[in-house]
Amino acid sequence: MSDNTPSASAGAPSRSTGTGHFVAEEEAELGAVDSIRAQGKPSNLWRDAWRDMRTRPMFYISAVLILLVVVAALLPGLFTHESPTACVLSLSNQGPSAGHPLGFTRQGCDVFSRIVHGASTSLSVGLIVLLLTTVLGIVFGAIAGFYGGWVDSVLSRAGDIFFSIPYILAAVVIMSVLSAHRNVFVIALAIGLFSWPSTARILRAQILRVKESDFVTASTAMGISRFGVLLRHVLPNSITPVIVSTTISLAAAITAEATLSYLGVGLPPTFMSWGNDISAAQVNVRTAPMPLIYPSIALSVTVLAFIMMGEVIREALDPRARASR
Amino acid sequence: MTGYILRRILQVIPVFIGTTLLIYFMVFVLPGDPVLALFGDKTPNPAQLARLREQYALDQPFIVQYLHYLGGIFTGNLGTSFSGQPVSRILLQTFPVTLRLALLAIIIEMVAGILVGLVSGLRKGGVFDASALVVSLILISLPIFVIALTSQFVFGVQLGWARTTVGPGAPIQDLILPAFVLASINFAVVVRLTRSSVIETSGEDYVRTAYAKGLGRRRVIPVHILRNSLIPAVTSLGADFGILIVGATVTEGVFNVPGVGRTLYQAIIKGESTTVVSFVTVMTLVYLVVNLLVDLLYAALDPRIRYVR
Repeated sequence: MSDNTPSASAGAPSRSTGTGHFVAEEEAELGAVDSIRAQGKPSNLWRDAWRDMRTRPMFYISAVLILLVVVAALLPGLFTHESPTACVLSLSNQGPSAGHPLGFTRQGCDVFSRIVHGASTSLSVGLIVLLLTTVLGIVFGAIAGFYGGWVDSVLSRAGDIFFSIPYILAAVVIMSVLSAHRNVFVIALAIGLFSWPSTARILRAQILRVKESDFVTASTAMGISRFGVLLRHVLPNSITPVIVSTTISLAAAITAEATLSYLGVGLPPTFMSWGNDISAAQVNVRTAPMPLIYPSIALSVTVLAFIMMGEVIREALDPRARASR
Repeated sequence: MTGYILRRILQVIPVFIGTTLLIYFMVFVLPGDPVLALFGDKTPNPAQLARLREQYALDQPFIVQYLHYLGGIFTGNLGTSFSGQPVSRILLQTFPVTLRLALLAIIIEMVAGILVGLVSGLRKGGVFDASALVVSLILISLPIFVIALTSQFVFGVQLGWARTTVGPGAPIQDLILPAFVLASINFAVVVRLTRSSVIETSGEDYVRTAYAKGLGRRRVIPVHILRNSLIPAVTSLGADFGILIVGATVTEGVFNVPGVGRTLYQAIIKGESTTVVSFVTVMTLVYLVVNLLVDLLYAALDPRIRYVR
């Protein structure tokens, strides 16, 4: 929106006196002040954002998709009664048939069942990475930004080091060294260990801005300890960009797990993973592309749902983005 | 400017030491014997094991081992691969191919991304803008191996527009499809950065002045708006280079491009962890250098950067 329109003058009309003081022309009635209060609850970033989100179709689309993935991960039995591991080689790469809407994989397993059961792997890797990047990112970013000085230098350089290795390559190294210990936790750790610096950088930049605010000075003046100020006043007011970045990092982690599994350094083939299924179907892509296409769609739609949700939250939390829409 | 360059180069040194130390630490401290891993399922004889341990200085204390490894990086001695070839020679052979592929991809993503971003930004809220937003969201969500496999199937197998695998010597016409695949990763990022930058620039006073002087859109859009909106897209190249490296690994693996990425891809698949580590180290160093260059370019393009801090 344009900033050129003069803002409506707040408060009572005033006139200048010769001495440079401003004097109210008439006393504002107490009733007038009360009526302003009564107009509604005070404006709140979260409530505004929530109201804004609910007006957007993208919010509902992504929410429904995320809900579907979560339900599939928690209760796969709701969607399919076929076992993903009961495979009959004679059905290898067969097309759809009754009870098997998406046909069979090269090993003769039910594609639909494997997709449903693969949801929990993707989601749990995503959630563990999310937890890891958020905790590490907040601890490093908050301390670096708030305390500044040499603490900031040390922590920021440490972050630079982790940031300088593309995190999928770092995970490739960790996973190929730990070839005997591959499971959901190890792969999540390998991804998360190198993806927290972006969260830390975002939070640090935000804290550098927030800590100059008057309310921070005021709470310091009131005698609250430095750490108390950080925890109670600075952090809650700096956290919004982190929330957006964590939603995106969840999507990125799901992609990373699938990429690592596709490369053959992710989860062992005994795990139900979309990346593994895509990798296995790749051999027969010319004759039977469908076992490759379906898990690819499941993977992409899941990632899309989280990215769209992140997008909706980002725009809802950023008044400027809301205004320019 | 000289001061800024010096300061920026000095900043890279601790990061360089840190990253190499970290990679080295991960490989040689994590459980799993890298020398034993070289032999896969076979049991090596003790003499061979001892010789290899000595070659990698594994019988020395940690810091000596690390310095040995660091010395190897600087003297170009990166060990030997399974096939017995020195890793440094493989790198020299494959690097030009990857460079060609990456440059082609960067040109495609920059030209296409800036054009789409410019039109979206100029017609904010229009049909083109909305569809560009949807397409860029979908492209961001598609993992690179899905894009690579699907386009190989559609354009290579079904439509027959391109060869599914790249021929020997990697001629440029074979690299076009892989380059488009590689370009698709960062395309969406370039579109979004250019779009928001164009929207911001269009509201500037100097653009209004240009129109007020009576200049036409044909002059104002390329000279006043586009040129001043390019910085975010150009500088995003540095940060996105990491994604490009990973993307090249997958793309070259799928299309069988004889580059650095395919070599890494094959080393990963065969479980040659020493080769993987050498390649990751070299790629990380390239990434550091590219980021340094982009930062210096940024400072050259925008004088404000030089005076911060």
